[in-house]
Amino acid sequence: MFGAAGGTSSYEEIETTDMIVLWGSNAREAHPIFFHHLLKGVRNGAKMYAVDPRRTTSAQWADVWLGIDVGSDIALANAIGREIIVSELTDGNFIARATKGFEAYAAAVDEWTLERAEEVTGVPARFVENLAHDYATADTAQVCWTLGITEHHNGTDNVLALINLALLTGHVGRYGAGLVPIRGQNNVQGGGDMGALPNKLPGFQDVADDEIRGEFEAAWGATVPADPGLHLSLMFDAMERGEIRSLFVLGENPAQSEADATRTRRLLDGLDFLLVQDIFMTKTAEMADVVLPAAVAWAEGDGTVTSSERRVQRVRRALEPPGEAKDDLEILALLADRLGFSWGMPTAEEIWGELRGLSPMHAGMSYERLDQRGGIQWPCPDLEHPGTQFLHGDLWEDPLPREPVPFIPTEWVPPVDELTDEFPIRLTTGRRLDSYNTGVQSEGFSSPIRVGGIIEVSPEDGAALGLTEGDQVRVSSRRGAIEVPVSFDRSLRPGLAFMAIHHPDEADANLLTIDAWDPLAGTAEFKATAVGIEPVEFSG
Amino acid sequence: MKKVHLTVDGAAISVPGGASILQACRAAGKPQPTLCYLETLTPVNTCRVCLVQVTGSRTLVPSCSRIVEEGMEVATDSEPVRHTRKVVFEFLASSVDLSLVDAETREWMDFYDVDPTRYGPAAPAAPAGARDARQAGHHQVPQPGWAETVAQPAKIQDELFVRDYGKCILCYKCVEACGPDAQNTFAIQVAGRGFDARISTEFDVDLTSSACVYCGNCIGVCPTGALIFRSEYELRNAGLWDEEAQTVTRTVCSYCGVGCNLELWVQDNRIVKVTSPMDHAVTAGHLCIKGRFGYQYVQELGGPATTPIDMVLAAGREGGFVEP
Amino acid sequence: MDLHFTSAFPSTPERVAVDRLLGGPPSGWTGGARAAADYHVALGGHHHAVGVRHRLLPALQAVQSAIGWVSPGALNYVAERLSVPPADVYAVASFYALLATEQQSLRMAHVCEDVSCRTRGSLRLLESLAGRDDVVPSPCLGQCDRSPAVLVQRAGEYDASLWNATAEDVAEVLEGATPIDPEPGHYGVPQSELGSDRLRLLRRVGTIDPYSLDEYRATGGYAALTKALTMGPEELIEEVKRAGIRGRGGAAFPVGAKWEAVVGQGPDRMLVCNADEAEPGTFKDRGVMEGDPFSLVEAMTIAGYAIGAGRGFLYIRGEYPRAARHVASALRTATESGLLGDNVLGSGFSFDIEIRMGGGAYICGEETALFNSIEGFRGEPRQKPPYPAEAGLFGLPTAINNVETLINLPLIVLEGGAAYASRGTAASTGIKLFCLSGDVARPGVYEVDFGTTLRQLIDLAGGPLEEIAAILLGGVSGSFVGPDLLDLPLTFEDTHAVGVSLGTAVVMPFGVSTDFDDLALRIAAFFRDESCGQCVPCRVGTVRQEEALHRLIGGVPLNGASSDLGLLAEIDEAMRMGSICGLGHTAGNAIRSAIALGLIGGRP
Repeated sequence: MFGAAGGTSSYEEIETTDMIVLWGSNAREAHPIFFHHLLKGVRNGAKMYAVDPRRTTSAQWADVWLGIDVGSDIALANAIGREIIVSELTDGNFIARATKGFEAYAAAVDEWTLERAEEVTGVPARFVENLAHDYATADTAQVCWTLGITEHHNGTDNVLALINLALLTGHVGRYGAGLVPIRGQNNVQGGGDMGALPNKLPGFQDVADDEIRGEFEAAWGATVPADPGLHLSLMFDAMERGEIRSLFVLGENPAQSEADATRTRRLLDGLDFLLVQDIFMTKTAEMADVVLPAAVAWAEGDGTVTSSERRVQRVRRALEPPGEAKDDLEILALLADRLGFSWGMPTAEEIWGELRGLSPMHAGMSYERLDQRGGIQWPCPDLEHPGTQFLHGDLWEDPLPREPVPFIPTEWVPPVDELTDEFPIRLTTGRRLDSYNTGVQSEGFSSPIRVGGIIEVSPEDGAALGLTEGDQVRVSSRRGAIEVPVSFDRSLRPGLAFMAIHHPDEADANLLTIDAWDPLAGTAEFKATAVGIEPVEFSG
Repeated sequence: MKKVHLTVDGAAISVPGGASILQACRAAGKPQPTLCYLETLTPVNTCRVCLVQVTGSRTLVPSCSRIVEEGMEVATDSEPVRHTRKVVFEFLASSVDLSLVDAETREWMDFYDVDPTRYGPAAPAAPAGARDARQAGHHQVPQPGWAETVAQPAKIQDELFVRDYGKCILCYKCVEACGPDAQNTFAIQVAGRGFDARISTEFDVDLTSSACVYCGNCIGVCPTGALIFRSEYELRNAGLWDEEAQTVTRTVCSYCGVGCNLELWVQDNRIVKVTSPMDHAVTAGHLCIKGRFGYQYVQELGGPATTPIDMVLAAGREGGFVEP
Repeated sequence: MDLHFTSAFPSTPERVAVDRLLGGPPSGWTGGARAAADYHVALGGHHHAVGVRHRLLPALQAVQSAIGWVSPGALNYVAERLSVPPADVYAVASFYALLATEQQSLRMAHVCEDVSCRTRGSLRLLESLAGRDDVVPSPCLGQCDRSPAVLVQRAGEYDASLWNATAEDVAEVLEGATPIDPEPGHYGVPQSELGSDRLRLLRRVGTIDPYSLDEYRATGGYAALTKALTMGPEELIEEVKRAGIRGRGGAAFPVGAKWEAVVGQGPDRMLVCNADEAEPGTFKDRGVMEGDPFSLVEAMTIAGYAIGAGRGFLYIRGEYPRAARHVASALRTATESGLLGDNVLGSGFSFDIEIRMGGGAYICGEETALFNSIEGFRGEPRQKPPYPAEAGLFGLPTAINNVETLINLPLIVLEGGAAYASRGTAASTGIKLFCLSGDVARPGVYEVDFGTTLRQLIDLAGGPLEEIAAILLGGVSGSFVGPDLLDLPLTFEDTHAVGVSLGTAVVMPFGVSTDFDDLALRIAAFFRDESCGQCVPCRVGTVRQEEALHRLIGGVPLNGASSDLGLLAEIDEAMRMGSICGLGHTAGNAIRSAIALGLIGGRP
């Protein structure tokens, strides 16, 4: 955000902050150790609000849970913003000095009265008001979120709506105040750091910048295209149009992880050539023409990953990989060799050395220093630099040494998949504590708390549908239908249902989900599907 | 923080205000025995092996929790200290199976010439569940000639943990790690009273019915092996556990994006347990179920290169797999 | 908090019992039925849970007294209502002897088997009730002047104390008879029954109706509070310092200094009255609370005013149901009469007192264990420092005083500190209550000036029933002293000089026909049962002490009798030097003194 794609704060800061807003995140289950830090903050006296359609195990720790309707985040955020403005609780100096576009923002949110917010979100107006006042008057406050914010067709706008609140109140760029997205996978952040984004080179450097591109071209001895590539959702659109005919998939399982799985599998099936490099024979790998068996990066290889607090840390080889499995680097080098380039067999540290030469934010992170310091938070421009605990401290410098940060007004648009008489229940998806993504890793151990593939509904809906727990139900959306056992969960209110994403073989939620995706991030709207639920009648 | 001046066994030392006597002792190059103390947990000062003498104090003082004061005179090796530490170690050794305590504790016990046999032969183990059923205030009449112990069968209720409370010294560490100092799940607490006090879920229900989320942070802090990985427990029983042959490699968890550091304990190219470094800012030694136990997918135990360790690990997991 | 519950559900009577105490569930998220208002908002979380935790023990007691035990369903309901994890609730419930975590009879008789009662018929009583599963032996019930003593817990009805109980009495009550609630006169103390008009602390006990504020006022009640409110807190503390009064709960700390330490702390202060009178042989505070409850209410109000506390807690042991009823009535009456609550007597000073009942745990008489018990945690003592004056109840600066200490305040206020200090000795000023039981003709509470000798006191109680072999002084955490010390003046300094302590002012003479082996084993068993289990020296030491004593007395030494004697001494020292609290520090005292006096183990 504001130029660097990473959370602004360190985990330790939440331990002493005064106010925590956990928004669209069930960190208690999805990010348990981050939640340890959060709970330290709560125990140290921080007031906590949770914004989530479900009263999750995380939300149960909150002083106040705001149970918004799925997809009404922008409505809530805009109403909070308006309330802060009309109550004159903004940080006027900060706005004047470090931001631009406030007037337009204020005008844009002006329609979002507390009453309107209550209509759209379902949350009684006075609690919206309380959140606004508590957030604005706290000395330090953090807004933390995960996929509950981003997995919407307008996920980027959702994030911007939250950033606007931080700008209004100056809750950014100071110790203990910040915007904290927690990453879902162990190296999502690192992938971005390394330039695995359509428009970025390593270190979040713009691919369109001739000078920077020139440096990479010189180092690599190859031409780097100036045009951005495609993000995942655009790739599938390109496959649909026949523009992409071959695909190299490294460590992903799109056949099960993408929304609208039927379409995804059809497109993968239609490719001329599918190459999959993975540690598992995944569903995607089963569809491949060639599978390259890879070593497990974090236990059978060396390298680095970057965490949600921008901490670059070493992974190390502890095991010999089985059979013919090879380290990713080795596979890539061998591939290059077959394609006519002689890269030799560089070590992970040698590759890292090249990166440090090209990415200024990583320049100070030698392996030796990463070892000594238990990881380093970027940016770390030189070998003397301790790393950066929180970002955007320069917003508080006077005069401002950078461009002011813009308010970007956002417009509330309801979820694409509309609720109707035929599909009256809002299905949302998420994670459970003991499982992970499509389950290929987490199914490897026998968890005593695993519940398997089920759909959860509110006890009220269960009773209204004449169900008892364990009954088989048919869940149908505009895209598909599945049959799964039902369970009742009090974290859900009537009209809201939940499925975890971990058991596609038993309960493939993504046969139901919609592939409406965010135009900027390419993230699909996993969190808002309209479904119908009915008991499965057994004959005989 | 302002410096505080004190003496430890006559030697002057100054430490930052707010430091504990234990920290001062360590700074003075005088390590003290500890069992219930851990840097990452709130001191509960219950084990009493770190007691020291402070001039002016009628009784001995727990060095782990007592904060230094200006001019304090601390003695770590006076007669009352030696006697009390010796007897406290004997109390523990005569009532609890200490076979898995660390080498340092063993050295301290040798140093104090600990002799648990002075209290009589160990009483027969209690049947499963008997100690958990004891009611506060109901007197347990001593069995003539025997020294009462906490011996009882281990509780094995799942594929991940073993709770072998015959090894429990009631140091409260697991309660703190499960509770307010880390996990905040509160699946276990000290129940009962006196010698009948024990770590328990509500009504001693199985861990699988309790609030337990299998983070294993209780195992991570247990000093006596009472809480132990199923894998380690089975390998020890099979005589295959060999710390000499193990490597410990630090890496990063492969699951969510928090970046927890793992220590992979590897023997014979198999991960046999996973811990987390206490001194790392992200985890402070704590993990979740995925980080602690989710490594299984990297080792296919039923493969052609099956080793004796594989057979034990696979047996420990038998029947535990979720049906596809 | 994200709580997890087993599938046990509460029954209607269990819900009703808890709701009667806590009120109905405020929302569908805390044990109530879910309604539309709950769908989009919930209040709760950690800070809320912290704020209501202190209601845990009362809630469990409500369940216990309604259905006779704490069932899994009831436990879940209490946990949900108060946002306490079920394992924590169980940890607390299983700590207290008067809370059962397994189903038992709806009426349970607790028959005292402790040092005084066991020599006065309770063992025979237990024997004749043997085989009943609704009869359990109990530690001291604080009715040593009425042996054998019995407490009957009765589900759905108030608990009852039986005095001088026979097997028939106990069986009748267990089988449904209503216990007889005695007339006020029965609370009397021997001295007033003998017509003494010189009593000051005990003068109303047994002579007025404990429910009558009018009678209390007619006998000088509330004159002291009226005067205190005109003196102002500082002057009041000065007067207490001039009186030189030291705490009567056992530790003998100067009251004025304790209060000054509290006043020197932050503005939010707490007063706690320790009425967890559980030291075997002690029953003086019970007598005062039963017979003159307003005096304690008035005294606490004065103390609260002196230290600037807005709230006071009175922690009464669970074995004193009648004392609790009388004090509760006095609190209500005082509040209704403007003597308590907002703006006491129009002075601008506001003060509330809340009664908390113990649950059958001797350790909760230890001040920090008592705090934990009130706060809803296990009654485990805290390591000191910090002392209560710095961080006591709820972490606030706290003055904690014993009942007897506090009821001296009205005297001090009315006659002045100097006059008060003119009684007794320079280091032990004023008057003192002693608990006489054991082999004396007239067991009871006696009020004397400090400095009265043991012999004088025993004579006051009608003299010994037979030649005295030893006197248990200060309770089972005190010591046996031989008849050679009969002329010892009972002051803090004189007892200290001979290496003993007044403790809780227990004076329990035992005649030459006493089975001291039996007494010593009982004392060892008592400490084993009452150890909280927190620290190793006490948890294991009390067991090892009992085992060694059995070997010594049973004549089956481990490695010769001298080794067990030596071992006992070593165990004693480790407990005394190494334990967290006074229970462990003193758990070996009585046995050590019995051995030293040759009363047990190797007696010729």
